[in-house]
Amino acid sequence: MDALTLSRLQFAVATYFHFLFVPLTLGLSMLVALMETQYVRSGDEDYQRMAKFWGKLFLINFAVGVVTGLTLEFQFGTNWSRYSAYVGDIFGSLLAIEATAAFFLESTFIAVWHFGWNKLSKKAHVTAIWLVAIASNLSAFWILVANAWMQHPTGFVLRNGRAELADFFAVITQRFAILEFIHTLGGAYLTAGFFVLGISAWHLIRKQETAFFKKSFRLAAAWTLIFALFEIAQGHMNAEILGTAQPTKLAAMEAHWETGRNVPMHLLAWPDAANERNTVQSLSVPSGLSLLATYSTGGEVKGLKDYPASERPPVLPVFLSFRAMVGLGVLFLALGLWAFLKRHRIEDQPRFLKVLPWLIPLPYLANELGWTIAELGRQPWIVYGLMKTSDAASPLATAQVGTSLVAFFLVYALLGAVDFYLLFTFARKGPDAATAAAK
Amino acid sequence: MLESIWFVIWGVAWAVYFMLDGFDLGLGTLFPFLAKDETDKRILVNAMGPFWDGNEVWLITAGGVTFAAFPRAYAIMFSGLYTPLMLLLFALILRGVAFEFRGKVDSARWRATWDACLVVGSFLPALLLGVAFANIFQGLPLDAAGLFHGNLLTLLNPYGLLGGVLFVLIFAVHGALWLATRTEGDLQARAGRMATTLWLVEAVVAVAFLVLTWFSTRLWQHVLAKPVLLALPLMAVAGLLLTRVFAAKGAWWKAWFASSALILGAVLFGVAGLFPDLLPSSLDPAASVTAFNAASSPLTLKIMLGVVLCFLPVVIGYQLWVYLAFRDTVTAESISRGPSY
Repeated sequence: MDALTLSRLQFAVATYFHFLFVPLTLGLSMLVALMETQYVRSGDEDYQRMAKFWGKLFLINFAVGVVTGLTLEFQFGTNWSRYSAYVGDIFGSLLAIEATAAFFLESTFIAVWHFGWNKLSKKAHVTAIWLVAIASNLSAFWILVANAWMQHPTGFVLRNGRAELADFFAVITQRFAILEFIHTLGGAYLTAGFFVLGISAWHLIRKQETAFFKKSFRLAAAWTLIFALFEIAQGHMNAEILGTAQPTKLAAMEAHWETGRNVPMHLLAWPDAANERNTVQSLSVPSGLSLLATYSTGGEVKGLKDYPASERPPVLPVFLSFRAMVGLGVLFLALGLWAFLKRHRIEDQPRFLKVLPWLIPLPYLANELGWTIAELGRQPWIVYGLMKTSDAASPLATAQVGTSLVAFFLVYALLGAVDFYLLFTFARKGPDAATAAAK
Repeated sequence: MLESIWFVIWGVAWAVYFMLDGFDLGLGTLFPFLAKDETDKRILVNAMGPFWDGNEVWLITAGGVTFAAFPRAYAIMFSGLYTPLMLLLFALILRGVAFEFRGKVDSARWRATWDACLVVGSFLPALLLGVAFANIFQGLPLDAAGLFHGNLLTLLNPYGLLGGVLFVLIFAVHGALWLATRTEGDLQARAGRMATTLWLVEAVVAVAFLVLTWFSTRLWQHVLAKPVLLALPLMAVAGLLLTRVFAAKGAWWKAWFASSALILGAVLFGVAGLFPDLLPSSLDPAASVTAFNAASSPLTLKIMLGVVLCFLPVVIGYQLWVYLAFRDTVTAESISRGPSY
């Protein structure tokens, strides 16, 4: 393998791994903030215990999220130096804004919240967790604006042999960025919702701390249902914008080869990229894809054959990831609805409760599938239509990148194993262990 | 003009990072020498507890400032120094999780493992950053295309290594003084003795480094050309001397601030001596990466200046507040009473 392929693999490892921890941070910070707000407003001690218990799991998860984020900022320079020099004027600024405007706030106040239980007034303490929640979500905003610029570059001019900023406002308010941001948040909130539902279910089945976990369950059930509905309704807009912004990605997601009008949507298909066709396609909805992408049955949708093979993304993985993600989205809605409807008598649903803990990984999977579509579907471009991934890598020796890639595998595998072990252990211990003089 | 302003911001971001995370990295390095038992260890960890994460963001900001204001310098520096940067990243990753993980399982072996990560993850960044900056001061083997003609061993030359040792020592004294400000009794006395003992080595290495800087770099020539800049090395030397004076009186906070003045003065002396180079080339002065040939567009520099002027004062404000809010002495009793690591 060459240095480019190794750098791509390394970026994939670093990003997939980092994003195992980010969504829970984004969602659980909000839920813990809501719990503690409820405690401050009502004085109900149960809500304080909830904030402490779920907050403890939040901290364990946060630790790995934050250290692996450091890698991502540095990797653009270490492994993608040609990219960094070419677009740093815009992309670098967005990362710098993220650090100064959001990440400082998040990292400083997470410690205030962790260490401040006995030091601060109730109001100051709950403010700290809200600052963490807002800052981590704001941080996601800036990162996703930066990613959206790679997906759909705007507000720039090509000058001095690089992309230079021309319209800052256009970059940070473009529709693509806003859609990407809210879609990512939706997925993150679902992750936190199922996390709380699953762990609560595990304890409810064992009749431990029933009152405590029923309260947690009720909050998470409403939360999950809201964001499952939101994610499906909103996710449609993300696919639709691709029709104009990234036609090759949309075509790969749908395994759509021939440009045309009244394009059907095949519920069942299997793409064959070598022969530029689908080996199987059936259960077709007439004009389905046209309608979805253009809001008109007669709307034209570009097919992959309109683009040279060298400018198409790998079709099969993008296509499969999209199907799986949408399928999971529908499942989340069904589960969220059931959890919400039965939330008051949830102890009468033993089978549902038994299944829920096993479903915790599913939103994680959906998040990673979403990023697979976003990043792999953008290939062969690193900045869509502007710069190819193959032109972006640093001039590194294969051995250098190979060594660091192996190190990433080993260190991340260790961190992942330890962190999930700790999450698992502390989730099982229940709220008493978390509220007793916390270590 | 904009480029020069950003050059200053770039230097200040690094200097503040070294001043703040410096005491964490130093205390982490001294961990096995200062902590006699588990209680001591927990006091050490909790003396850094509420601060280390916020401090580390200054590194991300320094990296972000480089990326935003001088993308070409960011690209060349980070890819050229690939291996040391990867080592730095892994070290910082292990240090970061060590704080959160070490107390989570009640087992001596578990704690020993994460303590080792904390020590290595503190020592290695101090060493690597020192080696990297000393090499930047004397120039990197860069050609006109910005290609780095060297490897990790190129960086391990005598001047580079001395820079690394100096950083480790400065941070160690800084960290020992920090512990002395935050603790009481026997541990405080040991931290103070450690600081004064190490200070002697620190002073010898600092003087050697300053002398060698005359021969290995052009920092002094640049600074002497603008004598007002001599205030920076003078500030560093005054900080170094005052550290010892205050430490002898047991005025730990004053000694820590003097040590901070040393770090700020020394780093800013280096940065001022580099100007306008961000990465001087040892192969060909014309191939040097400067604040002018690496800068972002004027529009980006203006917008980012607005961002930095809006947010950094606020950041400094709330970080100061945190330092004040958590200024109480850390003791075995305070750890068992409240939330801690």
